[in-house]
Amino acid sequence: MSWLPIADIVAKVQAGDLRAVDLVEQALQAIEDKHEYQAVIATTAQRARERAAAIDAALKNGETVGRLAGVPFIAKDNFLAFGAETTAASNILKGFTAPYQATAIERLEAEGAICVAKANLDAFAHGSSTENSDFMTTKNPHDPSRVPGGSSGGSAASVALELVPFALGTDTGGSIRLPASFTGTVGYKPTYGLVSRSGVVAMASSTDVIGPLTRTVADAAIVLDVMAGRDPLDSTSIERDENSYATLSGDLKGKKIGVIKEYMDEGLDDNVRAIITAAIEKLKAAGAEIHEVSLPSLPLALAVYYIICPAEVSSNLSRYDGQRYGYSDPAAATLEESFSKTRAIGFGAEAKRRIMIGTYVLSSGYYDAYYRKAQTVRTKLINECNQAFQDVDFLLGPTAPGVAFKIGENTKDPLQMYLTDIMTVAVNLTGIPAISIPAGEVDGLPVGLQLMAAQRADRQLLSLASATEALL
Amino acid sequence: MADLTREDVLKLARLARLQLTDEEVENFTKELREVLEYVAQLDEVDVGGLQPTSQVTGLKNVMRSDTVIDYGISPKDLLALAPKTQDGHIKVRRMIG
Repeated sequence: MSWLPIADIVAKVQAGDLRAVDLVEQALQAIEDKHEYQAVIATTAQRARERAAAIDAALKNGETVGRLAGVPFIAKDNFLAFGAETTAASNILKGFTAPYQATAIERLEAEGAICVAKANLDAFAHGSSTENSDFMTTKNPHDPSRVPGGSSGGSAASVALELVPFALGTDTGGSIRLPASFTGTVGYKPTYGLVSRSGVVAMASSTDVIGPLTRTVADAAIVLDVMAGRDPLDSTSIERDENSYATLSGDLKGKKIGVIKEYMDEGLDDNVRAIITAAIEKLKAAGAEIHEVSLPSLPLALAVYYIICPAEVSSNLSRYDGQRYGYSDPAAATLEESFSKTRAIGFGAEAKRRIMIGTYVLSSGYYDAYYRKAQTVRTKLINECNQAFQDVDFLLGPTAPGVAFKIGENTKDPLQMYLTDIMTVAVNLTGIPAISIPAGEVDGLPVGLQLMAAQRADRQLLSLASATEALL
Repeated sequence: MADLTREDVLKLARLARLQLTDEEVENFTKELREVLEYVAQLDEVDVGGLQPTSQVTGLKNVMRSDTVIDYGISPKDLLALAPKTQDGHIKVRRMIG
């Protein structure tokens, strides 16, 4: 059974035509029916049922329940949430129950949304396929022999399988948009800072953002509107737009869209290129002005990212020491041994790899050559990006160089896996908002179209994406 | 840094407080070399007088009032997460071997 658009669900719940308890049961049943896809690590069933009953009772009493009344959702398991463990799909956090909730979850709950489960991910969000989860690999709903993309693969699969109307993901280098592309869902990566990171397991703090995965742009806009805005608990959070992000205006006429030359060049699968080109033609026919735009430093973005990201990862993961929470090795004799044994057993191969790379690029003697150099090339990239937005309102390209790959295809070669992010990382380094929307399929496998806008132009980007979605 | 050695990897592992198996040391030596060779393309980039970017919001000196906010979390709740406690403190192993 499929879900109505979020706005319709909420209207029916508030009118008394749908009950929150039934919506929660529908979601929990769907999770059980589709468990072979391994999208979900654990449900928060008991808490969800209690919250649903409370919402139904409040409505019966004539009380107002918010803009997401009764809507079930699934959060990626790197969000601190009540009702189940928060593991980030890592062994080191197995058994950890959060003492407080992420601001994003609090804001959604305050508007009546109900978290029903925690989704699988690459451990600590390190990866592009969920194969780096310490627990299991999520299967792509379109072909179970393939990956759903990552790291928010469990969240994307949950939406594609219609377990819930929306799921939460995090995007540090493409982790919302890539799985959206691979599963035929909508994935929204907001401007850096627009959604509070408080209560979300940190990966690379200068690029981490939180966003929704949904079936439509309209649904993504509603969820973003509830989560967006300054939070005293995250000093890097920014002021939101005064207007609602959920009010979408659909006119494409005269919109200046720059097609990124570097993303359409070699390295792009021919079938994907054909789908993106067809989408561009439709935008043109609808009155959009299409320009070709070149950002010469884009081919360097992945190298910049794979210095900055592991550096920040190695710093953020240093807190997992086995003393205050999480796994602690029982055999160690000294404190020092306790640290290194706990981390040896608690971290998977990819977390260790990134800690090692990060420690290297930050270490004395190499800091200037790697970390500082990467940060300076990042400035160059930002300048080119700002320059591009002088000439066009939006940028366009594919989300990924190809379709979902086979499970196991890239696990032997870490660098090959990193290359999956080649079209998504620049957005994180520059802090701009971006969205992946379904644009077509190659042999039954979805292809995502990526649209980008200048920092803080989230409202304009969602409007453009909604109008584009209607054309495709 | 294609000349990254096994000893370099062991040193990094010590700095990062990670006990590695022999197999991991061997794998990481090879994999780190590959990643460092890939990112070495930045060596050639001319960045002129550009300054490094460490954050993208443009925010500066974000202040808050110095007041206690009750989030409903007690020290007891937090201590309950620790593997070992004693008298309201986290207990760790001895520091000198």
